[in-house]
Amino acid sequence: MSYFRAENLSLHFGGLKAVDAVSFAVEKGEILSIIGPNGAGKSSIFNLISRIYSPTSGRIYFEDQDITQEPAFGIAKLGIARTFQNIELFENATVLSNLLVGRHRHSQTQLWQELLFLPSVRAAEKVHRRRVEQVIEFLDLEAYRDKLISGLPYGVRKVIELARALCSEPKLILLDLKLPRMDGFEVITWIRKQEGIRAIPVVVLTSSSQLRDVNRAYELGANSFFVKEFDFQNSVDLTRLLERYWLQKARKPESSRPERKRAGE
Amino acid sequence: MRFMFKTDYEDDIRLFPHSGYLVSYGVLLAVLAIAPFALSSYLVSQLVFVCIYATVGVGLMILTGFTGQASLGHAAFLAIGAYTAAYLQQFNVPFPVYFLAAGLLTGVIGAMVGFPALRLQGIYLVIATISFAFIVEEILARWESVTHGNEGMRVKTIQMLGTTVSRDSPAFYFLCLGVLILTIVGTLNLLRSPTGRAFVAIRDSETAARSMGINVSLYKVKSFAISAAITGLAGVLFAHKLSFISPEMFTLQLSIEFIIVILIGGAFSLHGAVLGAIFLVMIDPFLTYLKDDMPGIIAGVAATLGAGAERAASIKSSVAAFASANGLKGAIYGVIIVLFVLFEPLGLYGRWLKIKLFFQLFPLYKRATFKRQKIYVKSERNR
Repeated sequence: MSYFRAENLSLHFGGLKAVDAVSFAVEKGEILSIIGPNGAGKSSIFNLISRIYSPTSGRIYFEDQDITQEPAFGIAKLGIARTFQNIELFENATVLSNLLVGRHRHSQTQLWQELLFLPSVRAAEKVHRRRVEQVIEFLDLEAYRDKLISGLPYGVRKVIELARALCSEPKLILLDLKLPRMDGFEVITWIRKQEGIRAIPVVVLTSSSQLRDVNRAYELGANSFFVKEFDFQNSVDLTRLLERYWLQKARKPESSRPERKRAGE
Repeated sequence: MRFMFKTDYEDDIRLFPHSGYLVSYGVLLAVLAIAPFALSSYLVSQLVFVCIYATVGVGLMILTGFTGQASLGHAAFLAIGAYTAAYLQQFNVPFPVYFLAAGLLTGVIGAMVGFPALRLQGIYLVIATISFAFIVEEILARWESVTHGNEGMRVKTIQMLGTTVSRDSPAFYFLCLGVLILTIVGTLNLLRSPTGRAFVAIRDSETAARSMGINVSLYKVKSFAISAAITGLAGVLFAHKLSFISPEMFTLQLSIEFIIVILIGGAFSLHGAVLGAIFLVMIDPFLTYLKDDMPGIIAGVAATLGAGAERAASIKSSVAAFASANGLKGAIYGVIIVLFVLFEPLGLYGRWLKIKLFFQLFPLYKRATFKRQKIYVKSERNR
């Protein structure tokens, strides 16, 4: 049995089939990359897993347990963390409290205890804080701890979103890596290097009308699957795609820049 | 400018980040402690109203400021608290018991209002809470066996620990102040623990909150219940302060006054609730002044500028008619809200922060510091 498994997942909006009978499985410690052009339904698959949408048909299994009927917060409580394509952070809160929200699935304290801030709450808070600090250290976020999200640049926000997902100590991470001018695969490479979280299976999502991303997924040894066929001339064969990519690259080296001339020289 | 060097996780948790807070709040507390013996009874009475309004403001701040759920029905919660006190008093129930019972009852009713509110957002939630307030007002007017209808109810003075706490005594002032301080401390405790963070998370992005494992519906109901319970407690004090309650005291205008408290104070901090309450309580003497003195002053100015006695008298009577016009109070409240939303969206507390920062950074302050950035368009809110 697979660690995480989706069977015949479908999402139909009336006549529009956003996701149509998609099946895939992820093992522990594996990277699965979901690749497809714009509008192929990659984000919809993510939203189906994290239950922002309910599937029209199909089943989702996690650790051999049917989670198709779980509510959205239940999915997160089970240990499936995700990031969003359009960053969904808590804008008017500090970075620290954003990350502490990531710890919510581990919080045990009751309301009346919190109202009095009993020693047990204080102790639990410190444990959360220590875990968060570890992630902050991992991702070099020390400089932003007490900053409000609303004042931070895009790149930092993206990292914070990843940090928030890591703070929940997830068993499965869904990374939506549609990043403008930022290589999301670097993040995965980084995750792979980390001692504590190497075993977490990662489902990666990339918008790839770009061959570069397909190549990077391939290099990482990720199992990729295509949501919809590419319209790159008659081929979806990965090896042939990559051949084409290397050929293109050989023809047009990235580092070649036209030399600038200054006036007067 | 003070730089904080944090050496312990405790530094992020404690309520007073450094000794400066301890000193300034200590001084404030000392001033408040001697206030009833130094000030005139009118001012002490105003201070009691500030405490009561601020308590309601803290309650509403939890719901609107931190959880992001608007409510125009808080006058109803106040009414339920007040009437519970007045009703239970008839059976010689001791004060501490009916005080807590009122909080509990309003909390339960608040949770019941919270359930239908789960499906509503923004303006629709406002409409739902307004209609709840109207229902409560109507019930209070019609359920005569319990509430005595439009005749209203007398509220006897508090009997506690064998002594009588009259509504104008310093003891009553200290009771209100104590309730306010306890409410504020409780709310601060909540805000530094998972529940408070969940509230803020729901305010800023429900989708993200949900995918972080927060049961959004449960926390919204919790927020409604806590907010209503605090308002109910304030309602008991309100009833005792006025010593007479009737349904027409708990109208939509009162709910709007509570919204003014948090909007003008600054809807992101508990300081705002207190500052807003002070502001609101100060409006009334100002309006009285407007009504009593303005006609005479304007007529006097007109006379000095060369208007005849007859002309001045007619100006005086028309200004007086304007100042005592029906609904002028509501209109002034409306204008205040509009002006604050347009020019000072962070409220009085936001203005205080700006002034403080100006002096801290003296030559380097720039206005853009508080400008909210909205660069990234959220196309997929998945509501």
